[in-house]
Amino acid sequence: MASNIYDNFVSAITQWIHNGLYHVLPPFWALMAELTIIGLVFLVFYALVGLFLVYAERKVCAFMQNRVGPNRVGPYGIFQTIADFIKLLMKELVTIKNSDKLLFNLAPFIVIIASFMAIAAIPFAKGLDAIDFDIGILYVIAVSSLGVVGVLLAGWSSNNKYSLIGAMRSGAQIISYELSVGLSLLTIIILAGTMQFSAIVQGQEYGWFIFRGHIPAMIAFVIFLIASTAETNRGPFDLAEAESELTAGFHTEYSGIKFAFFFLAEYMNMFIVASIAATVFLGGWMPFHVSGWTGFNQVMDYIPPSIWYIGKTGFIIFLMMLFKWTFPRLRIDQLLTLEWKYLLPINLFNILLMSFIVLMGWHF
Amino acid sequence: MKEVIHTPVPSVEEEEYHINMGPQHPSTHGVLRLVVSLQGEIVKSLKPHCGYIHRGMEKMCEKDTYPQIIHLTDRMDYLSAHINNHAVCLLVENALQIEVPERVKYIRTIMDELTRIQSHQLWWASFGMDLGGLTCFFYGLRDREKILDIWEETTGARFLQSYYTPGGLMWDIHPDFQKKTKEFLKYFRKKIRDYEKILSGNVIFRERSRNVGIMTKEEAVSYGVTGPSGRGSGFSCDVRKHHPYALYDKVDFKEILYQEGDTLARYMVRMDEMYESMHIIDQLIDNIPQGDFSAKMKAVIKLPAGEYYQRVETARGALGLYCISDGNKTPYRLKFRTPSFSNLSALDHISRGFKIADLVAIGGSLDLVIPDIDR
Repeated sequence: MASNIYDNFVSAITQWIHNGLYHVLPPFWALMAELTIIGLVFLVFYALVGLFLVYAERKVCAFMQNRVGPNRVGPYGIFQTIADFIKLLMKELVTIKNSDKLLFNLAPFIVIIASFMAIAAIPFAKGLDAIDFDIGILYVIAVSSLGVVGVLLAGWSSNNKYSLIGAMRSGAQIISYELSVGLSLLTIIILAGTMQFSAIVQGQEYGWFIFRGHIPAMIAFVIFLIASTAETNRGPFDLAEAESELTAGFHTEYSGIKFAFFFLAEYMNMFIVASIAATVFLGGWMPFHVSGWTGFNQVMDYIPPSIWYIGKTGFIIFLMMLFKWTFPRLRIDQLLTLEWKYLLPINLFNILLMSFIVLMGWHF
Repeated sequence: MKEVIHTPVPSVEEEEYHINMGPQHPSTHGVLRLVVSLQGEIVKSLKPHCGYIHRGMEKMCEKDTYPQIIHLTDRMDYLSAHINNHAVCLLVENALQIEVPERVKYIRTIMDELTRIQSHQLWWASFGMDLGGLTCFFYGLRDREKILDIWEETTGARFLQSYYTPGGLMWDIHPDFQKKTKEFLKYFRKKIRDYEKILSGNVIFRERSRNVGIMTKEEAVSYGVTGPSGRGSGFSCDVRKHHPYALYDKVDFKEILYQEGDTLARYMVRMDEMYESMHIIDQLIDNIPQGDFSAKMKAVIKLPAGEYYQRVETARGALGLYCISDGNKTPYRLKFRTPSFSNLSALDHISRGFKIADLVAIGGSLDLVIPDIDR
C-alpha cells in the first residue's frame, strides 16, 4: 500500500460533513440530506463536464480544421457553451403533430438518466465515488445500455422517417457493440479477478493492466476503444445521426432543452466510456508506479490522484475526438460486419488467451 | 452486387416507403428534391424533382445581347464560371470567324484549368463531408481560397467573374498573376498529398466507395454522362481532346480514364485531373506572349443568321451551346446542354439496390451543381 499524501483529503471532508449532519439532524433525515447533497453534486458535475467537453470538442475540431473555434464569449471563448446552453433553455419546445407525446417526451430523459446512473460507480480518486459496488463493471455495462431504449423511443415516437431509420441503425449498432465492450472488459476481469472498481484500481498499483496483461490486454484495449466509440454513437460510427444522410437521425425533431439532453448525454457517454477505459486499462486514479523504484514512486505520488484520473480520461477523450474528425463514416452493413466477423471472434480468442496466461501465471 | 442492380424493380409493395431527400437536405448540395423509394435502407428507385432554382435562363437569353449572356452563364454552373463564359465567347468568335490574340488563348486556358482545380477542390471537400469526414471540407475550402485570391486580383471578383468577353478578355491580367499562380501550384502540390492521405488512402473511404454505384460504359453513353463521371466508366468524352479549343491541341495532357465505373473510379478521375490541370498550367504560365488582351470587336455584336453549336469541357462534363440566330443582336433561341442535367438522369439507375448511405456517396461522386440542372 503506497502511502499517498492525498489519500485522506477527500475522506476528511466527507467525514466532516457526515459528522456535522448527524450532529444536527436525526439519522434518517441526515441520510436524506446526504443523498440530496450527493445528487446535487453529481448534477452540477454532470453539467459542468458536459459543457466543458462540448467546448473541448469544438476547440479540438477547430484546430484540426485550420479554424480558431469559439473565441468571443469570455477568454478563449470558454463561456461559449454556457451561452449556447442558455439559448437552448430558452428555445421553444416544438411538439410534433401526430407524434406519440408520452414517448416523445420520455425519450430524452431515459437517455440522460442512463448516462447519469453510470457516473455513480466511477471512482474519481481513492474513495471518491458515489457507490462502490462489488459488481461495478457489470452495473456500468447494464446501465449504460439503457440509453439505447431512449434512442429507439425517440426515433419511433417522432413520426419521422429519418428518425426511424436513425433509431433502427442505432438499435442494431448498440446491441452489437455491447458484446465487444462487455467481452473486452471481461478479459481484464479475468486478469484482475474482481469486478469492483476500487479493487481493480488497487490491483494496478505496480503496473497498469494494459502493461501487466501483455498482448491480450492491449488487444482488449484497442477493441474497447473501437467498440465504445461505436456504443456512444460517435466518430466514424455516428450512423444514428449521420447528418449528411439522415439530417440529424433520431433527434431530428427535438428542439430546445430536449435536444440539449441528447447532446449532453452523448458527451457524458463519451466521458463515461473514457473513464472506464482509464480505470480498467490505465489504472484510473492510480499514479504511475514501477515496483522497486521507491524514489520514483514517491515523486509520482505527489501528483494528486484526481489529476492522474483526469489526465488519463482526457487522453482517451482526445483520442475519440481525433477519430471523429479524421475518419469518414462507415455504412451500416460494414459496421455490423466489423463487429460480428472481426471484433467478436478476436475478442473470444483473446479471452481464451488471457485465461491461459492467467492460469500459467505469465502476467506480471 | 451486379445482379441486384439489374433486377427489375417490383411494384410498390407494402413494406416500401418513400422519403423526400430535399429540397432542403445536407447532401443534395442545393435545392434538389429526390423522392426515394426505400425498402428498409435499400434504395428501390428514386425520382429527381428539379426546378426549384429554375430561373428561365434560356428564355432570358432571347432578350439579351451576346455580351450580356456571358453574365448569365456565370450563374449556371457557378463552379465553372470561367469555362461557361468561354463557351459563349467561342460561340460568338467562331460564328464571326474572329481570330483572338495568342495571349488571350494562353490566359483563357490557364483560367479554365484553375477553374477546374478549384471546382474539384470544392467537390472533394463536399464529397468528404457527404461520407462523414467533416475535416475534408475545411481542407478543400482552405486551398480553394488561394485560387479565389488569384482571381480576385485579376478579375475583381471571387465567384462570378464574367472575365471573358467575345474576342478577348475584360482587361489584362494583374502583374502578380504569374507569380501567384506558380506559388499556388507549388503550395497545392504539397497539399494534395494531404488529400490523398486523409481520404484516398483511408480504408473506410475505399470500402465505402468501391463497387458502389457501378455504371458501365454503355450506360454512361446512353445516359449522356460526360465529364469525370463518364470517364470513370471508361467513356472517352473529354471535349478538350476530341474537339480542342483554345490551346488544348498544343499542350500536353492526358485524358484520365478509369474502367471500373464505381464511385471510387469517379473519385480517382477527379483527383488525377487536378494533377493534369496543374501540369497544363505549368506548361503555359511562363510562356504567356505579349500582345493585346482582346481582338477588335464591333460595339454591337450580331451573329449572321444560322445555327451554331459550341461545346466546352467544364469541370462536370460537356457543356453544349446550341444557338439559332436570325441576324439580330440577340439570339432567336439559345439552348444549354448542361452536364449536370444528364449526369443526374443516371442517378436513379446506378443507385438502385444500394443503401441510402451509398446514395449519398453516389450523388456526391456525380458532382451535381443544382443551378446547372435547373438553369
